[in-house]
Amino acid sequence: MSSIQERQEEIIEEFSMFEDWMQRYEYMIELGKSLPLIDEKHKTEENIIKGCQSRVWVYAEMDNDQVDFTADSDAIITKGIIAILIRVFSGQKPEDIINADTSFIDEIGLKEHLSPTRANGLVSMIKQMKMYAIAYNSQQNNKA
Amino acid sequence: MTNTSEQILDIDTIRKDFPILHREINGRPLVYFDNAATSQTPKQVIDCIVDYYETKNANIHRGVHSLSQIATDAYESARETVRKHFNAKFAHEIILTAGTTHSINLVANGYASILKPEDEILVSAMEHHSNIVPWQMLCQKTGSKLKVIPMSHKGELEMDTYKELLNENTKLVFVNHVSNALGTINPIKDIIDLAHGVGAKVLIDGAQSAPHIKADVQALDVDYYTVSAHKICGPTGVGMLYGKEELLNMLPPYQGGGEMISEVTFEKTTYAGLPHKFEAGTPNISGGIAFGAALDYMNDIGFEAIAAYEMELLKYATSEIEKIDGVEIYGTSPERKTAVLSFNIEGLHPYDIGTLLDKMGIAVRTGHHCAQPIMEFYKIPGTVRASFSFYNTKEEIDSFITALKKAKSMLL
Repeated sequence: MSSIQERQEEIIEEFSMFEDWMQRYEYMIELGKSLPLIDEKHKTEENIIKGCQSRVWVYAEMDNDQVDFTADSDAIITKGIIAILIRVFSGQKPEDIINADTSFIDEIGLKEHLSPTRANGLVSMIKQMKMYAIAYNSQQNNKA
Repeated sequence: MTNTSEQILDIDTIRKDFPILHREINGRPLVYFDNAATSQTPKQVIDCIVDYYETKNANIHRGVHSLSQIATDAYESARETVRKHFNAKFAHEIILTAGTTHSINLVANGYASILKPEDEILVSAMEHHSNIVPWQMLCQKTGSKLKVIPMSHKGELEMDTYKELLNENTKLVFVNHVSNALGTINPIKDIIDLAHGVGAKVLIDGAQSAPHIKADVQALDVDYYTVSAHKICGPTGVGMLYGKEELLNMLPPYQGGGEMISEVTFEKTTYAGLPHKFEAGTPNISGGIAFGAALDYMNDIGFEAIAAYEMELLKYATSEIEKIDGVEIYGTSPERKTAVLSFNIEGLHPYDIGTLLDKMGIAVRTGHHCAQPIMEFYKIPGTVRASFSFYNTKEEIDSFITALKKAKSMLL
């Protein structure tokens, strides 16, 4: 199982092969199509990340001390963005997710999606995923 | 390309007035089709703002010194330009505000002490949130009822239902002159006359009409009319509330402060007369002056020519986009709306289309356009909205259509 850091480096390397924005976005659209989809029953109001432009749901489960994420969105580019985040965060320990640096987003040319005014809310997605990690982390600590 | 548009307007010369139209976005020439959100600014207006700070800057209406007088004259001369443009009877019926939203809130706030629980307010189903929320807040304060004039699938107001909704309890009617999400031109003269028939007052939100239609407030007999300068080649943060003199005299002041007083003691303050009663504090002086310059600029080109040219752009864009499979256009036929093309492509989310168009240098608006009730009506998350201005060209529409086809092929 590779670490968050290793997975980010993998993604940076993949994206570095693209010559222009079109190839980058075509790849993201592809990634969006392979997103681990959220179970319909978890597509609830409380799992929605509120954004002005597209709807995004994220759900997390604990499996053997690791967090597994599933998600969906009605916009395909947004799905691609979450797919990248899930690839980095799914199967990782809560503590590692909480402490993860996400500056790789900048390096793969998606910086524009980081702007807080950008309505698909990449920042909100990362925050939501980290919130899940914090919740599971405190659950684990309580058990211990 | 040969077309009649060049006969209506000298587009090449006009485009030279707008420095921003010559920049690139994401390595492509900017195609700016988000004019319904804000218009671009010609150098005549930019120069006016620079000139104000370089040669006229002083606080207005109070200084005894010459510079203050120069600034005051420029500001009041702009108010006169606005009055003339909208054909108000008096310059003091023109309140210079921060924009349409501010204007609407000023009126809504004023009615909080006038309305009674049995009173009714009508708003149309195609309003911008800024023409819904202030009235909801007003109704919460006064206990009055808010009722909605419905719209048809074509995006036109149902006038028969409107007539049925009007009654002796109707005190206020609020409708936009032109819908921001759909571009529909509403039959405001009929709406105003019918409301007056039951003694109701009418506020028309002119934010989206002002760039295309020259409204004559006296001919319309409208009670209140609101405009934002930034949609008509002016700067942001300034706009107008027109109100009939007797109504503005009746409304209480909106904000307290300097400028709006006549005499102040700790026991009592008497308010200044119109328009100063509603202009507390130091106003956006350079903005007000530039608002006048923007109207001068557009009037020099001519609103009839602007409307005719924009209609040609809209018809061309509509016929080209209809050739793309799966396109659905929202709103009425081109003849009954301003240059707004609100659409979706089957199976695609507006956000995805907008994101890819942006990568190709094309600026459109995507989403619900701050008119969620309209999106709810059509059961869609939003639309892609391309809105055209007199400085756009058919060549830009060709680039837009090419980019749209590219986006579609990438997404499907």
